[in-house]
Amino acid sequence: MADMTTNTSAEPRGPKPKKAFSRGNIFLYGTLIVVSMYYLLPLYVMIVTSLKGMPEIRMGNVFSPPMEITFEPWVKAWAEACTGINCDGLSRGFGNSVRILIPSIVLSIAIASINGYALSNWKFKGSETFFTILIIGAFIPYQTMLYPIVIMLREIGLMGSIWGLVLVHTVFGMPILTLLFRNYFSSIPEELFKAARVDGAGFWQIYFQIMLPMALPIFVVAIILQVTGIWNDFLFGVIYTKPATYPMTVQLNNIVNSVQGIKEYNVNMAATLLTGLVPLIIYFASGKLFVRGIAAGAVKG
Amino acid sequence: MTVASDPPSHTAKRPRKLFKNWMAKLASLPMILTALVVFVGGTAWTVTYSFTSSRMLPKTNWVGFDQYERLWNTDRWIISIKNLGIYGGCSMVLTLVLGFSLAACLDRKIRFESAFRSIFLYPFALSFVVTGLAWQWILNPDFGLQSVVRGWGWESFTFNPLNDPNTVIYGLLIAGLWQGTGLIMCIMLAGLRGIDEDIWKAARVDGIGTIKTYVMVIIPMMRPVFITALVLIASGIIKLYDLVVAQTGGGPGLSSEVPAKYVIEYMFRAQNLGQGFAASTMMLCSVVIILIPWAYLEFGGKKRG
Repeated sequence: MADMTTNTSAEPRGPKPKKAFSRGNIFLYGTLIVVSMYYLLPLYVMIVTSLKGMPEIRMGNVFSPPMEITFEPWVKAWAEACTGINCDGLSRGFGNSVRILIPSIVLSIAIASINGYALSNWKFKGSETFFTILIIGAFIPYQTMLYPIVIMLREIGLMGSIWGLVLVHTVFGMPILTLLFRNYFSSIPEELFKAARVDGAGFWQIYFQIMLPMALPIFVVAIILQVTGIWNDFLFGVIYTKPATYPMTVQLNNIVNSVQGIKEYNVNMAATLLTGLVPLIIYFASGKLFVRGIAAGAVKG
Repeated sequence: MTVASDPPSHTAKRPRKLFKNWMAKLASLPMILTALVVFVGGTAWTVTYSFTSSRMLPKTNWVGFDQYERLWNTDRWIISIKNLGIYGGCSMVLTLVLGFSLAACLDRKIRFESAFRSIFLYPFALSFVVTGLAWQWILNPDFGLQSVVRGWGWESFTFNPLNDPNTVIYGLLIAGLWQGTGLIMCIMLAGLRGIDEDIWKAARVDGIGTIKTYVMVIIPMMRPVFITALVLIASGIIKLYDLVVAQTGGGPGLSSEVPAKYVIEYMFRAQNLGQGFAASTMMLCSVVIILIPWAYLEFGGKKRG
C-alpha cells in the first residue's frame, strides 16, 4: 500500500495535499472511515432488509446483501400494511402528510416573512417585545402548550382535522422562521427601503416589489427547513389528528410497533425507508442550502 | 394600493399614535397573537391548572401543591427524571466531544470533505421515528447485531440493550447520537472556519502541537459556539419523546420512560390532566433553570463588550 502511494505521488495528478499519506493522515482518514460506517450502517441495513424475503431474514444476518432481491415488501408497505383494522398501507399516511405539508409551508412562510419584514423595516412600539416573547416561546417545552391548544382548536372546530394541524405547525414554526427572515431583511441596506418610501410605496408594495424578489434564496432555505421539520413531526400529529388524518410518521409507528400479527421486518424496514425518503431527497438535493438552513436556525440563537 | 400611511414628519402625531404604521401592526397580528395567546397564555393556563384536581376535563377546584406532591411520589416520574438525567448527561458530553472531534478532522484540509460531511449529517434529516425504528431493528437480539456477532463464532457475545432495563437508555443514546451529532459537527465546523489562519501559523512557530493547539487555543476561542451548541443539545434533550415511543415504547416495563412521555400519557391516555399539567410545569421549570444562566451569559456579556 505505502509503496504504491509513494510511486503515484511522484507524478502530480491534479491538486493534492502535501504528504498525503503521512502517519497522521492515515489515522485521520481511518477514523473518518470508521465513523462513516457507523453513520451509514443503519441506512444500509434498512435497504438490505427491505429487499429480502422473510425466510431469508430469519436465516441470514442483517448485514448480508439479499440473495434474491424482492420488491414485494415495498409494495406491501405502501399499499397493504395494517394499522388496526385499516389495511391500506402507508399510502394514506403519505397523502395526509402531503395535504398537511403544503398548506403549512405556504401559511407559515407567508406569515413569517411578513413578520420579519415588519420587524426590520416597520418597527412599531412593542414590536421588539413581541419578537422576544416569540423567541423565548421557542424554548418552552411543547408539553406546556399542548392542552390549551387542544381547547383552542376545539373552540374553532378544527380539532382532529388537517387544518388544525396546519395551524399548529404555523404557530410553532413561527419563531425560527421569523428570526430567519428578520435577520435577512435587516441585512438589506436601509437606503433601498427609504428610497421606495420617498417614491410613495406603501407596506405591501415594498414587500412584494422589492423585498420578496431579493429574498428568494432565504425562501428556499425556509422551505427546506419546513419540509423536513413538518414531515418529520410526530408529536403534533399524534395529538391533534385522528386515525383517518394521521400523518405518515404516526402511521409508520403504528404499523411497525403494532402488537398484532407476525412481525414482518422487511415490510417494516420498507415502510421506514418510505417515510424517510422525502427528507432524504430534500437533503441530498439541496446540499449546501440545507446546511445553511440549519446554521441560520441554530447559530443566531 | 390604498395605503396612504402618514409621512414620517406628520405634525398631528400624538392623537393617532395607535394608527401610525397601522398596516405593519395589522400584518404582525398573527405574530402578536401567537406570542401572547399561545405562548404566554397557553403556558400560564397550564401552570395555573396544575394547581387543580382536574381529571378528565379541566376544572377549577384548587388543591395547592397536591399534584406536585403526588408527582414526586410516583415511581414512574422518578424513573423518567433519572433516565433523562443519564441520557442528557451522556448525550451532552458525547455530542460535544464527537461533534467537535469530527469537525476538527474535517477541518484538517482533507479530501472528500463534503462527502464525509454529507454522511455525518444525513441522519439529521430523518425523523426520530425513523431513527428509532431503524435502530430497534439493528439492536434486535434475534436477528440484529448480537446474532451476527454470535454467527461469527463468538457464542457468548451479548449486546441486547433494548431488552435490558439497566441498559435500555444507552440503546436510546446510540440512536440519539447517530441522529444528532451531525448538526453539532456542522456548527462546530462553521466555528472552526471562523478562526483566523494566523492563529495556526503562530502556534506552529511557537512549536505547539496540533492537539495542544486545539485544547489550549482553539476551544477557548470557540466559547460562544460551544454555548450555542450546548443550548441546542439541551433543548433537544428535554423534548425527547418520539425516539422513545418508536424505539422502546418506554419499555421494558417502565425502564425507558421520559418526562415528555409521562406528560402526554397522563394528559391524553390516563385522563389525569392535573398530573400532566404538573409534570409539564416541572419541565418548564427545568428549561427556565437552563435558560436563565445562558441568557445572562449571552446578553449580559454583550452589553459589557
